[in-house]
Amino acid sequence: MNPFKYEKAASLSGAITAVQRPGGVYLGGGTNLIDLWKYGITHPDKMVDLNGLNELKSITELPDGGVRLGALVSNNTTAYHPLILERYPLLSRTILAGATAQIRNSATNGGNLLQRTRCYYFYDPDSPCNKRNPGSGCPAINGHNRLHAILGHSDSCIATFPSDMCVALAALEARVRVSGPDGERTIEFTDFHRLPGDKPELDNNLGQHELITAIDLPANGFADNYSYLKLRDRNSYAFALVSVATGLSIQDGLIREARIALGGVAHIPWRLTAAEAELRGKEPTEANFATAADIILAGASGFEHNSFKIELARRAIIRNGMMALDPASQRPGAQPSL
Amino acid sequence: MIKGISEAGVHEVNLVVNDEHRQLHLPPWVTLLDALRNHLGLTGTKKGCDHGQCGACTVICDDERILSCLTLATMKDGSNITTIEGIGSEDELHPLQSAFIEHDAFQCGYCTPGQICSGVAMLAAGRGDTREEIQDLMSGNLCRCGANTNIIDAIIAVKNQSK
Ligand SMILES: Cc1cc2nc3c(=O)[nH]c(=O)nc-3n(C[C@H](O)[C@H](O)[C@H](O)COP(=O)(O)OP(=O)(O)OC[C@H]3O[C@@H](n4cnc5c(N)ncnc54)[C@H](O)[C@@H]3O)c2cc1C
Ligand code: SF4
Ligand code: FES
Ligand code: FES
Repeated sequence: MNPFKYEKAASLSGAITAVQRPGGVYLGGGTNLIDLWKYGITHPDKMVDLNGLNELKSITELPDGGVRLGALVSNNTTAYHPLILERYPLLSRTILAGATAQIRNSATNGGNLLQRTRCYYFYDPDSPCNKRNPGSGCPAINGHNRLHAILGHSDSCIATFPSDMCVALAALEARVRVSGPDGERTIEFTDFHRLPGDKPELDNNLGQHELITAIDLPANGFADNYSYLKLRDRNSYAFALVSVATGLSIQDGLIREARIALGGVAHIPWRLTAAEAELRGKEPTEANFATAADIILAGASGFEHNSFKIELARRAIIRNGMMALDPASQRPGAQPSL
Repeated sequence: MIKGISEAGVHEVNLVVNDEHRQLHLPPWVTLLDALRNHLGLTGTKKGCDHGQCGACTVICDDERILSCLTLATMKDGSNITTIEGIGSEDELHPLQSAFIEHDAFQCGYCTPGQICSGVAMLAAGRGDTREEIQDLMSGNLCRCGANTNIIDAIIAVKNQSK
């Protein structure tokens, strides 16, 4: 644990100026950053605390019918917000499936997008790891890899991105608003996180010192037919082995639009529009969801301890598609078990 | 870690802890948990894992339960903190404390301060409509003695009292 400096930012521009130094990092809820600092995985020189930036702490309606989530709003405040419960229940459901009430009270929406992998080797400073120490190797490939990826992995890294909330954000086609030394920009959610390739040290496409200010949700929240299924080793307070977020628009018994995103299977929340297109105009049946599942998982490949995830994901996609027809089963606490 | 202090600076941190104003001067890396235990002598809040995994360090900050081990004390400058020392008294226990005794909701007691703070904040927020949901919302507080079933019973008893 290294000593570090601390500054509470009083303005957005002040935060961006304060962080521009080697080892400068933003501090949201701290639930990941402080943990990684304690383990000696990250060595911040200065933490710039964003929690005083009131302009990033609200949830507001947008003129296009969507909703803007401030980056510094807590995960719990977001999940229980009336607008989110009513119009984006899938998002609420994914947030409440993650971590614990205490952690969700501190964790911020911006920080959730930037949490690091839970790969055991990444968390062990004495072990090699290409993500933590580029070029040192990836012991997970031939080691313990139960939590690891079955899609989009590379020879350098097979880690998964652990967020639940981001699985819904991928399905909902959210956009991430960022601000940095070079100004503001908006990043499509599917372009935000990146596959490991030969640069696993980079989890996402955020520029250096760029700050997430908000997450914009489009108008369609799939509030009538949605479901989140999180499969894990115990029923609460554990990361997903496989999770699926499904949103359906159904008209006259046929699927008009489908969204399917997977968590726990790749370095990014996994979404394949080709599979969703296949469902358009079809009936929401097990057979049709199975076809979509096969398309999504066509390129999947596992390792010694995680190959079971391929079949698990397939069944989860089918089961969750059927669960989306009955969203009443999605009440928090009404978790289906493995 | 003393070496780093002069360089990193000492921050003035003002907290209202259990209704009492407390001022501290701390280097930024002191967690809220260590500030409470080591600097304020409030050792009721427990350090279990120090990594966000057990809930023993749960305190109530501005009406919300948080983990004091993953929070820097400086982050909470200006906040209201309630620890187990601020919940009930020996003469007048909080209803949840009485319910813990009645329902045999602890053995060694190490997780209990965190369980009580967590339960009190959950009840105050009006969350937890079913037993299942209460179990889910209390899953951030582990009990190595396995008193969980009785802990949930105690919480439900208090919930029913206030109906
Ligand atoms: C025991 C435990 C269990 C958990 N279980 C789950 C789970 O089941 N599912 C799940 O999804 N998550 C889980 N989590 C992770 C939790 O959701 C994240 O730690 C949390 O969302 C991170 O948010 P934060 O605000 O605390 O981020 P911080 O810890 O403050 O920051 C994380 C990273 O983001 C950067 N950052 C923060 N805010 C911004 C911003 N606005 N702009 C730019 N950079 C920023 C920081 O510099 C840091 O690099 C768990 C965590 C713990 C400790
Ligand atoms: S899977 Fe990625 S994070 Fe895990 S050890 Fe390999 S390189 Fe590191
Ligand atoms: S000591 Fe904070 S969660 Fe374990
Ligand atoms: S009573 Fe011993 S850990 Fe809970």
